[in-house]
Amino acid sequence: MGLQALFFYLFAFVAVASAFMVIASRNPVYSVLFLILTFFNSAGLFLLTGAEFLAMILLVVYVGAVAVLFLFVVMMLDIDFAELRAGALEYAPVGALIGVILAIELIIVIGGSTLSPEIAASAAVPIPPVTERTNTAALGDVLYTNYVYFFQLAGLVLLVAMIGAIVLTLRHREHIKRQDISRQVARTPETAVEVVKVKPGQGI
Amino acid sequence: MDAFVSTYVWPAAIMIGQSLLLLVALLIFIAYILLADRKIWAAVQLRRGPNVVGPWGLFQSFADLLKFVFKEPVIPATANKVIFLLAPLVSVTLALATWAVVPLNDGWVIANINVGILYIFAISSLEVYGIIMGGWASNSKYPFLGALRSAAQMVSYEVSIGFVIVTVLLCVGSLNLTDIVNSQHDGLGTRLGLPASFLDWHWLSLFPMFIVFFISALAETNRPPFDLPEAESELVAGFMVEYGSTPYMMFMLGEYAAICLMCALTTILFLGGWLPPVDVWFLNWVPGIVWFVLKAGFVFFMFAMVKAFVPRYRYDQLMRLGWKVFLPISLAMVVIVAFVLKLTGWSA
Repeated sequence: MGLQALFFYLFAFVAVASAFMVIASRNPVYSVLFLILTFFNSAGLFLLTGAEFLAMILLVVYVGAVAVLFLFVVMMLDIDFAELRAGALEYAPVGALIGVILAIELIIVIGGSTLSPEIAASAAVPIPPVTERTNTAALGDVLYTNYVYFFQLAGLVLLVAMIGAIVLTLRHREHIKRQDISRQVARTPETAVEVVKVKPGQGI
Repeated sequence: MDAFVSTYVWPAAIMIGQSLLLLVALLIFIAYILLADRKIWAAVQLRRGPNVVGPWGLFQSFADLLKFVFKEPVIPATANKVIFLLAPLVSVTLALATWAVVPLNDGWVIANINVGILYIFAISSLEVYGIIMGGWASNSKYPFLGALRSAAQMVSYEVSIGFVIVTVLLCVGSLNLTDIVNSQHDGLGTRLGLPASFLDWHWLSLFPMFIVFFISALAETNRPPFDLPEAESELVAGFMVEYGSTPYMMFMLGEYAAICLMCALTTILFLGGWLPPVDVWFLNWVPGIVWFVLKAGFVFFMFAMVKAFVPRYRYDQLMRLGWKVFLPISLAMVVIVAFVLKLTGWSA
């Protein structure tokens, strides 16, 4: 138990400290790298609670794909950081408001389950013990039965967002030579080569 | 105190011992894989290849190691020094960390976790960071172009690798790597009434996926013909231009560790891991690790042959192959495999 507590405090401390560094560091590339460190430590926290599937998916989706795109964009941008930081205080009230709302929600969730134990009991029912059924299978059990419509709906929302992004950025420019692989492969000597017999001294 | 020693100190010591053993074996294996790569390449081009250091050039990789280590590391003046040095470290650490879950024989695995294949997929999707960080921190044109290419390439091919893994998982019903190998004891061959043999492994029942996985593995590890991030004829050496001595060697080490991992993963997913090719007594008597290394070595031989005789892809062709060919094929195969398993009741 002592070892688990030690790892919990290690992951939690590094996660909070690097989350602070995300907003505190001057260079946006450092910010993204600290964000990746935060994701990593959150995955560690997931592992400690026995949610191994969620930990790996967090790494695959957020660190392996989303953060790569962040890093991609931030590296390409040429931002004047001093100018950016000057206006930061204007947004402080909005940020504070969002923070307060999040804090209240967290307090309601945690306070509710500590005040009335039956809520916690009802929430814990569909989760079988890790020794009986693996995380992945247990998630699949509820995701593809009770919540299949929500699951499909979430997929559709993502699909619409993807199509929207493609529609917004797709431009068909004229006068560009495009490669048509099927046409290239379908070419035969008859269609591609013309054999011309040239008599000496005449030319074509 | 005794309880503390028996619950924490001994298991930790055993685990560290196993990890060190695996790392040393892996590094020696990588040294000879590197030599084999150069020798095969040379043989295809009718050259001799490295043949001076030691008998038949067998110590060439170790000579190269000493050479790299004793050179002076040069850090460009305009480079971001912290990230510049962090990049090769990230690359090599991640590449070696994946080996923690690879089973070399029945029970020969350091961490036999339930989500082994997801762990490998997660860590190998992070390997792109070493390249992006190296390219950006060098603060010059060619490395940055190489890093951008590499990021797009690795993210694209991860998608099809993910779907290939999903088709294998559908057939196996477990994310544990040991279970994946053991499930290949019986398969297509035994269903047709044949004795247990190499026909049961997934390479035959999922043959299109085997091909897609092999080519995607080439692209994921930046091997030729997909070595656009370090294409020497256009980007000099891509993201590694500014690197020299030990940091450069660490990039190379990370790259080859990732290649060995992809060979091992192909062996586990499609070639039956440590299982002997035919179920007869004298082949069963050979230790499983021998079969594993032989199969992984065969996959690497194919990697090396592809490097030797396939010309490099153009960048738009690379993207087309990933998104317009492999992604639809692997998506369709996921649906087809799921249907077949459901209709025939063969699923685990």
